[in-house]
Amino acid sequence: MAYDKFEVLTSTAYPLPIENVDTDQIIPARFLKATERKGFGDNFFRDWRYDSEGNPIPDFPLNDAKYAGSKILVGGKNFGSGSSREHAAWSVYDFGLRCVISSFFADIFRNNCLNIGVLPVQVSAAFAQKLFDAIEADPKTEIKVDLPNQTVTLVSTGESEPFDINGYKKGNMLNGFDDIDYLQNMKEEIAAFGETRPF
Amino acid sequence: MSKTLFDKVWDSHVVRKIEDGPDVFFIDRHFIHEVTSPVAFVGLKSRGIGVMYPEKTFATADHNTPTWNQHLPVADPLSANQLEALANNAAEHGISHWGLGHRNNGIVHIVGPENGITLPGSTIVCGDSHTSTHGAFGAIAFGIGTSEVEMVLSTQCIMQPKPKKMRINVNGKLGFGVTPKDVALYIISKQTTSGATGYFVEYAGDVFEDMTMEGRMTVCNLSIEMGARGGMIAPDEKTFEYIKGRKHTPKDADWDKAMEYWQTLYTEEGATFDAEFTYDAADIEPMITYGTNPGMGIGVTKSIPLAEDVEGGVATYKKSLGYMKFNEGDDMIGKPVDYVFLGSCTNGRIEDFRAFCSIIEGRQKAPNITAWLVPGSHKVVDQIKEEGLDKILEAAGFVLREPGCSACLAMNDDKVPAGKLAVSTSNRNFEGRQGPGSRTLLASPLVAAATAVEGVVTDPRTILETV
Repeated sequence: MAYDKFEVLTSTAYPLPIENVDTDQIIPARFLKATERKGFGDNFFRDWRYDSEGNPIPDFPLNDAKYAGSKILVGGKNFGSGSSREHAAWSVYDFGLRCVISSFFADIFRNNCLNIGVLPVQVSAAFAQKLFDAIEADPKTEIKVDLPNQTVTLVSTGESEPFDINGYKKGNMLNGFDDIDYLQNMKEEIAAFGETRPF
Repeated sequence: MSKTLFDKVWDSHVVRKIEDGPDVFFIDRHFIHEVTSPVAFVGLKSRGIGVMYPEKTFATADHNTPTWNQHLPVADPLSANQLEALANNAAEHGISHWGLGHRNNGIVHIVGPENGITLPGSTIVCGDSHTSTHGAFGAIAFGIGTSEVEMVLSTQCIMQPKPKKMRINVNGKLGFGVTPKDVALYIISKQTTSGATGYFVEYAGDVFEDMTMEGRMTVCNLSIEMGARGGMIAPDEKTFEYIKGRKHTPKDADWDKAMEYWQTLYTEEGATFDAEFTYDAADIEPMITYGTNPGMGIGVTKSIPLAEDVEGGVATYKKSLGYMKFNEGDDMIGKPVDYVFLGSCTNGRIEDFRAFCSIIEGRQKAPNITAWLVPGSHKVVDQIKEEGLDKILEAAGFVLREPGCSACLAMNDDKVPAGKLAVSTSNRNFEGRQGPGSRTLLASPLVAAATAVEGVVTDPRTILETV
């Protein structure tokens, strides 16, 4: 599925300084029953956003008006562990976010994000803490994520850190391409390889 | 240069290496189920493309199926819709489909090996993180997202950077009452829930060599719970014995040819790993978790660690214990339990039911316990009946349910109610994993059985000793 290109994003951010946030929290299993990709944003962090009666929990950052409209989420270490459900990445995107920043990502979640146009940005633990502190001091703190230059910057102070992404994936994100576009163009090579497989 | 087992299998499946990018990686076997595949088929349709090798994909319904009255129409319309979508998509593209009620139906990671689809040296993916289970056969097997399911359907390839390599050695003999599940929970407690992220693990040493194939599957299954993409064990005589003669296993001359290749699948002397850890079997006791990720595990006789003694943030640790309604320093033994769940791709095989029965035979289920016993497949059900385990369970007050993922992720009706405490043989104790507000203690089938008869968390060794 094609997605919007990602170049430079400047936005406020939702802070979620909890470690080991697993994909069951990002989207609980009971909301995985759809057969089409729509509506997952409504159940993004469902059980942390709403109480058992369905009332919003006001002080949870995703419900807090002072962060509303942010396109970035800054999460704690080991963000996105557990289940491989791509629905977790879809719920991030459908909630209106284009970038997750953390000091450490789980593998499958990171891959899923890259495949659907959400940029996972891994920063040092110290820089992540700096972002959390800045957001706590001023919820309107803006963060600039510059994909062409692979930097993330705290706009208010100009403090910046580079981040890694391989050249292939970077190209995809900049152009809104996905892997299937690439693979479709090498089907003959794949078929020839397939002939050599014993089983 | 000496190669590892992982190198041999990975390198032989690389179709193209992309400079400053991932490898184009060929997939031999692809499993799909009703929850993570429908959107991939929608994607194929919208791009106007088909399935390249329908014979390399196998569909089974498991995540979202009832475990009671499977012969009746599925009551939940959303679940029924997903099951129907899987059946229709499989039929439309000529993919083998073992739906609800089919004699080969069951949990994807249980029916794959049972039917000889899982083979040494092959690459296996599925839209499910516990695909790592199949690594027990010396396969490279791991979970993927739905975009990748679409890639495999349309081109039989995914695009993956080669992971780093880790070897975990456990040497010595396991103690009395210590099972493969305990070995895995012990390793994860040492590695933490993220310690192996970015790595593919090879398990080596006496303990894994001595383990049955079912035990190896339990260990490889849990690799993802320390962040690893997957885990694998070199195939040996036990592996070949297990797969020989199964439905999809190569036969006759093809078998001989395959055996020649499979016997080359081991890590060569001098091959190097990016990380290596060695543990002593004697240090492992029956394990139990106390927190909200699988890395938060301790010996069942131990008490919950103090916040100051654990790695990681204190706030996260306190949030976790708060959710569990536990205190630092609490003993686990004796905690009153409400539910016991035996099943899942981790512990839903015949040996798990045998272990459970070894404890409950001649005893009675405690009145405060609701027990859900869910075999991993119809073949497991048949075996349970053949061995008379169903009679032992019945006499002890237990009821056997029908196969499926069930309360492991609680997508169906098997939900542990809010606030209730469950001892589960499954793989995740995340907040709400077994139902909103549910609290989960992960443990082996022996610990689950001992708890089911005593009504409180119990060390199975105290019961086994009196047998």
